[in-house]
This record gives sequence, structure tokens and C-alpha cells, in this order.
Amino acid sequence: MPKMDEAAKAAKIDGLQQELTKLITDVRTETDEKKKRKMIAEIGKYNRQIDKIKSGRILSRETKRDLIAYSFIAPNFIGFCVFTLIPIVFAFALAFMKWDGSNPIQWAGISNFVRLGDDIFFKAALKNTIIYCVGTVPLTMIASLALAIILNQKVKGRGIFRTLAFFPYVASLVAITSVWKMLFHPSKGPVNNILLNVFGAAQENLPQWFSGGLVLFSMILFSVWKYMGYYMVIYLAGLQGISSELYEAASLDGAGTWNKFRYVTWPQLSSTTFFVVVMLTINCFKVYDIAIMLAGGGSGELTTSATVLVYYIYQKAFIDWDLGYSSAVAMVLFAMVLIVTIIQFRGQAKRERT
Amino acid sequence: MRSAHKKAVLGKVIVYVILILIALIMIIPFLWMLSASIKSDREVFQMNPFVWIPENPKWSNYSDIWTKIPFAKFVANTVFLTIVVTLLQLLTSSFAAYSFAKLNFRHKNGLFLAYIATIAMPWQVYMVPQFIMMRRMGLNDKLLAIICLQAFSAFGVFMMKQFYEGIPDDLCEAARIDGMSEYRIYASIMLPLSKPALSTLTIFTFVATWNDYLGPLIYLKSQEKKTIQLGLKMFISQYSSDYGLIMAGSVLSLIPVLIVFLVLQKYFVEGVASTGLKG
Repeated sequence: MPKMDEAAKAAKIDGLQQELTKLITDVRTETDEKKKRKMIAEIGKYNRQIDKIKSGRILSRETKRDLIAYSFIAPNFIGFCVFTLIPIVFAFALAFMKWDGSNPIQWAGISNFVRLGDDIFFKAALKNTIIYCVGTVPLTMIASLALAIILNQKVKGRGIFRTLAFFPYVASLVAITSVWKMLFHPSKGPVNNILLNVFGAAQENLPQWFSGGLVLFSMILFSVWKYMGYYMVIYLAGLQGISSELYEAASLDGAGTWNKFRYVTWPQLSSTTFFVVVMLTINCFKVYDIAIMLAGGGSGELTTSATVLVYYIYQKAFIDWDLGYSSAVAMVLFAMVLIVTIIQFRGQAKRERT
Repeated sequence: MRSAHKKAVLGKVIVYVILILIALIMIIPFLWMLSASIKSDREVFQMNPFVWIPENPKWSNYSDIWTKIPFAKFVANTVFLTIVVTLLQLLTSSFAAYSFAKLNFRHKNGLFLAYIATIAMPWQVYMVPQFIMMRRMGLNDKLLAIICLQAFSAFGVFMMKQFYEGIPDDLCEAARIDGMSEYRIYASIMLPLSKPALSTLTIFTFVATWNDYLGPLIYLKSQEKKTIQLGLKMFISQYSSDYGLIMAGSVLSLIPVLIVFLVLQKYFVEGVASTGLKG
């Protein structure tokens, strides 16, 4: 800012001050809320201007404040912007393009989405993902709720049980799926061995857990085992939020265990259950590793009986280099997650209103 | 009165039976893993009689795994990635979260909206364009790619902000009046107070990076860049009948996560519960 001589400075401040006082009196008489708010914002602007001239600093206090705040955000935001925001925008655009990653990009319009309609692999992937989801969500929910209710009682060794139930969640998939594949090995595994020797199943009827029609069932079973500990913890927190007075009142009314669950626990947990179901559904849509490791062969390829959406995105992009089409499949995944998220927001808003 | 007592005892017994059953289901795969890791390939599937600890434990499984594949290299890569990603995540998220929670500035809501809008966006939706971009930047087959991918999550900023908002503003105001700079306030007041949130974020990031499979699969192509998960999977496909060795490798890959989890588990359970409920 060029140096102003004192007289000009004082005159300018005077002028601004006059406008400011006029504005303040106007605000007092203004009745329209919207206009009032606008005027108040303007008062702030005048004040800042006066401040700036008075102190003669290059940076106003506000600018300095902003710069400090931005310096806090910048390290994360730059990384976030470059590696998340830009790729997301790119992903939306790519779904309408035809590109193999090296030749020039071509505009494809909606042809990628039209192709989805008669792609049997895509349909199989979508169907399997949904079946997996429909099986996993209720089973995990029930298992984790039951476990939470049991662990919420005064039992010895609660902490140990909780840790045990949680450990499959943090254990790496490669390690635990390799154990599962051995436990459920079609000819040598102990599970089929028990079926053969204890339950007397015929050798040729022994289930092939990781191929054909059973593979989705095995994936569901595995997910319930791996993830129930995590959702149990969320349910435990929900249970601890229920006031004990409600149970005492129910006891006075002569309610048994089942009725207490039905009329106290279940309704009180409704928002937790809602949250658990939404999280579970979204996580099921994103399933990939479990399918690859349980059903993928040596080279990690999946057949139509076990293919899932994320695998198809991966395959189309990194094996076939059909990037536009892969992004179109990704958009289907995004739409599914978006729908569930919108349902969640609606549900939450409804709950908060009531 | 007596029958009521009997009923209560019976109820307790049933509860314990169910609990022990569930605990067994949870732990048997891990016990089996441990047991198989010291067996020879023939003993692994031997059922009659089944023994947990073989007569001659094959401890050599645990030494052979280091020479059959470059396991040490895989471990070193994974440890490096996990530590760098976790540190970056903790530092940059808590830094940004402080600003969002405790400072006023222009475009605050707009910037935060960018984070919120992407929190529900699955990484799998944009992993392909992200890869194309990173390849352009010359990050293909570089460990740095995995760092860029994992270190700047919207989730971290969101979680830390939730926590900071629970700390009273008066604390910062008082420090400001004392003439402390914002950086000092962050470092000497906020950071020490946010141990529970930092611990939770540490476990989440540590576990996610250590166990990540798809990210490294896409980016890390050459043998000497691979992580434990990739290396273990590679070993399983190459030597699919070396059961004892596979199990020994699996046990080794679980140990660091187990340690971090057990040390920080108190915070983890609280963290899952609180972030879970707030969503």
C-alpha cells in the first residue's frame, strides 16, 4: 500500500465512518431478516477497511488469520485434492469415453452404459454382489447383535471374549483365507473330514466349498466370521446407551427376557441397527479381496460363479485396458452406494425430527 | 423362589456355553494356523489321530520362509510403508482438523464440504483414473504411490475434527490471550489432549495399510517392491501344497498387527464405538 499522508488517511476514515454509522442506524430500522443479515455483513467489511487504513499493514488481520488456517489445512488438502478429488472427477468423465490408456481418448457418449445391458459377465458380477450382500447383511447383523447382548451381561472374562471376537477383523485376509481354504479343503480339510466320519456323508457328496454354487455361501460364512466382532462393538456401545430404568420398568410389568428384548432393547437400538445395516451394505458392495482369495485360482482369476463388481472393474481396467467401460461399471457401484447413503441421510433426518 | 434361582443359574450356564462356543469358532482358525505352522505337509491334514502339537515340531518352517521367498524384503517394504503412511496420516489429518474445528476463515464450509462429499465415495470407484494419473507422474511400481494413496484420507480429517470439537474453545482462547501462536496451541495443547483419537486413527491406518491388498496389487509390480500381503499371496499360488510354510508365513504376517491391536485395543474399542455411532 502506498504511503498516504495523514490528512488524506483521516479524511478517508472519516468518510467510511460516516457511511458505517448510517448503515448501523439503517439496520436498526430494517425489518426484513435477509436484508438485515446482509447489512450486518457489510458493517463488518467497513470495520475491516477502517482497520486496515488505520494500521497501515499490508495484510489485514483477517487475511493473516486465513493464511494461518490454510497453512494447517494445506498439507492434507493438497494430497487429498491431487490423489482423491481429481481422480473422482476424472472417473465420472472417463465413463463416457473410450480409452485404452495410451492411444488418444475418444468420446463414447452413453455407449459404455448401453454395453452393460448385454454383458453377461457384468450381470453375473452384479448378481453375485447382491446375493453376497443379501446373505451377509442380515446374518452379520444378527450374529453381532446376539454377541453384543451376551457380552453386555455381567459375565467373567468379558474383555477376553471381546478381544477374541475382534481379532478376525484386524487379521489380514491373505493369512486367514489361507487357513479357511485348508479347513474347508474339499478332500483333505477337517470340516469335510468331520462331515465324512462323524455325520456319515458320502464321499462324493462332500461339498466343494470354493467352487460352483457353494462359493458365495462360503464367502458369506467367512464374512460373518470376520466382521461380526467389529459390528458387535458398535452394538455394545448402543446397548450401553439404553437406560437401566427401562429394564426395571419392564421387569415390574412382568416382562420376561424375550419381551424385554422385543419391547426395550430392539426399539432402543433402532438407530444403531440402521447404521450397522447401512455400513454393512456399503462394505458388501465393495467386496473384492474375499472373492479373490477364497475363489480365485492360482492366477487370481474369478469365473462367473464368483465374480463381483469390484473384480470386474479391476479386470476391465488392468487386464483388458478398456478404461472407459471399467469406469462405467464403477459408476454402477457408485450409484448403489449413493442410493444407500441417501437412504441413510433421509433416515437420520427423520429420526432427528421425531 | 427356588425355581427362579434355578432358572437364573441355568440361564447363566447357557450364556457361558454360547460364549465358549463362539470363542472357539473365533479362535480355532488361529490355533489351527499356529499348529499347522510347525507341522510337515503330511501332518497338516492328518486327522486320526489329530494332534495340536506334533511330536517333532518342524520349526524349520519359520526359517525356511525367509529363504524361499525374499520375505525380509517384503517385511521391510511393508514396515516402511505402514510407518510412513501412519505418521503422515496422523500429522496431516490432525493439522487440518485443528483448523476446521478451532479456527475461523474464509471458505471453511466449502473446503470441508469437499471432504464430506468424498467420504462415502468408495476408493474402488476412482482407483482406475487414480492409477492412470500416478502412472503419468512416474509413480508406477514405486512405494511412494502407496503412500500417496493411503496418507491423505477424508476419514482421518473427519474423525479428528469430531474429536477436537469436543474440546472446549475456552482452552484455545485462553492460550491466544497469553500470546501463544496457533501452531504452539496445536502442538502443546491440542495434540496431548487428543491421544484417544490419535490412537484410534493409528490402529485404523496401521491395520488398513498393513493388510491392504488391492492397492499394492495394482501399483507394485516388481518382486523387490512387494508387500507382505502380495508376497504371501504369491507364495501361496506358487507353492500351494507347502501348507506348513504357508501357515508359518501367515503367522509371521499377523504378529505386528496383533501387537499394535493389543497395545491400543482399549482406544480401538472406544474409537470404533464413538466414530461408529456418529457415522
